[in-house]
Amino acid sequence: MRARTSSAPAPRPALPGLLAAPALLGLLLLLLPLVGLLVRAPWRGLPRLLSEPAVAQALGLSLRTAALATALSLLLGIPVAWVLARLVFPGRRLLRALVTLPLVLPPVVGGLALLVVFGRRGLLGPLLESTLGVSLPFTTAAVVLAETFVAMPFLVVTVEGALDGSDQRMEEAAATLGSRPWTTFRRVTLPQIGPSVAAGAVLCFARALGEFGATITFAGNLPGTTQTMPLAVYVALERDPEAAIALALVLLALSVVVLVALRERWRGPGAAR
Amino acid sequence: MTPRWRAVLTAAALAGLLAGCGGSDDTAPAPAATAPGGLSGSITVLAAASLTGAFTTLGQQFEAAHPGTRVRFGFGASSTLAQQITSGAPADVFASASTRNMTDVVTAGDAADPRTFARNSAQIAVAPASRDRVSTLADLADPDVKVALCQPEVPCGALAEQVLAEAGVTVVPVTRGLDVRSVLASVTSGEVDAGIVYVTDVLSAGAAVTGIAIPAGVNASTAYPVATVTRSRNPALGQAFADHLLSADGQRVLAAAGFAGP
Repeated sequence: MRARTSSAPAPRPALPGLLAAPALLGLLLLLLPLVGLLVRAPWRGLPRLLSEPAVAQALGLSLRTAALATALSLLLGIPVAWVLARLVFPGRRLLRALVTLPLVLPPVVGGLALLVVFGRRGLLGPLLESTLGVSLPFTTAAVVLAETFVAMPFLVVTVEGALDGSDQRMEEAAATLGSRPWTTFRRVTLPQIGPSVAAGAVLCFARALGEFGATITFAGNLPGTTQTMPLAVYVALERDPEAAIALALVLLALSVVVLVALRERWRGPGAAR
Repeated sequence: MTPRWRAVLTAAALAGLLAGCGGSDDTAPAPAATAPGGLSGSITVLAAASLTGAFTTLGQQFEAAHPGTRVRFGFGASSTLAQQITSGAPADVFASASTRNMTDVVTAGDAADPRTFARNSAQIAVAPASRDRVSTLADLADPDVKVALCQPEVPCGALAEQVLAEAGVTVVPVTRGLDVRSVLASVTSGEVDAGIVYVTDVLSAGAAVTGIAIPAGVNASTAYPVATVTRSRNPALGQAFADHLLSADGQRVLAAAGFAGP
């Protein structure tokens, strides 16, 4: 962070005495549980616990579905962000608020909402089943859909912010020079917001990877089909707490990787934010 | 008030909040039975999901019989609850849907002297719209029939596995519920065609599902043990609630919900 501030040496701020204790407590609250996981981790049994086929299965499923959810979010989220940032239409502010709703909505509610629409007795479910022969609940597709529902807003918000902050004069100049809207978007807009798209995608992937509530509500829980890592951690906790911690470590490691990737994006040269 | 004082007060309030976070959500420390012979205070009963209906009634009955007491319930998979109790969850009574989970808790030293207060057996719950597709246990093996089972870690899942093995029927479920109630919910909502739940769940769902009896030859039953939690802060009240389950009044409520006697 310091790298971004101006190069003039600023006086070092002194820590106000009254902030010290809460700051320490806050840090402990955030870090102690993670340290606990590391302390209690069955390091010696780790290779055995993690080489169980069930773990590879859950991990593979998680990575696959989170990647698909991210791809779907990119495909749909960037256009949504563009519409919200560039088009002027009545109800835009309301739509903006609604699009970000899944960010604050309890995921279980999201899962229930998906079930009410795409479920077998839902609003669209019967139509999907009769026309396409597709029934979404309890399928891997349902996992992807649930993850996309909760994760896409992260991408939309990030990209929309970048579009708001980007220099629109370049787009206007391109248009004046006869560039078609699509070409302008592809050649001018997209390169400008590229770093933010990447950051949004990473956030989106991380959120999708950790999805639990919407997944179990809409997609159910079946090893190999819908049991992602967070579900596997929850289920393992009842059978074998050591296995649960081992699985949790994998998710923790993945999260750290995601975080590092994010910091690089945010701090890297040419980052939009 | 100077800003400094305001800050001190805020810090004090925060400290108070933090202290509050440590204890249970009782406003006052629950005193163990105060008046001689009388019961007071509140208890938290962690009970198997399948007991939801019966225990809610029993709790009201118990509170009415002992004015001034309060019984709070947490319902979930017995395996989840057992794990919560051994991890230190504040609870006074544990009622499990299987002796296995109770044994886990007793072995960990968190409960003692469990007593069986009811029994339950398996039944097939069928969604109303799927009634013509499922009429026997063997129909659950049909790949076109969507079946929900409890996950094997949970008592109802273990029971279902036992029944299916005994009947020689192989079922590939579309989902494995975290507890029996979530399996029942999948059936009542029609998201699956059928599920294996307890007799009592079919009864509690009323017209929302159709029950199909499992032949006695292949059916299995599970015992429901109850015990007070060792670190209970109100063991007298917990004991009284456990006694109530085994009393004539308590057994009547359980029987009405479809449970068999101990």
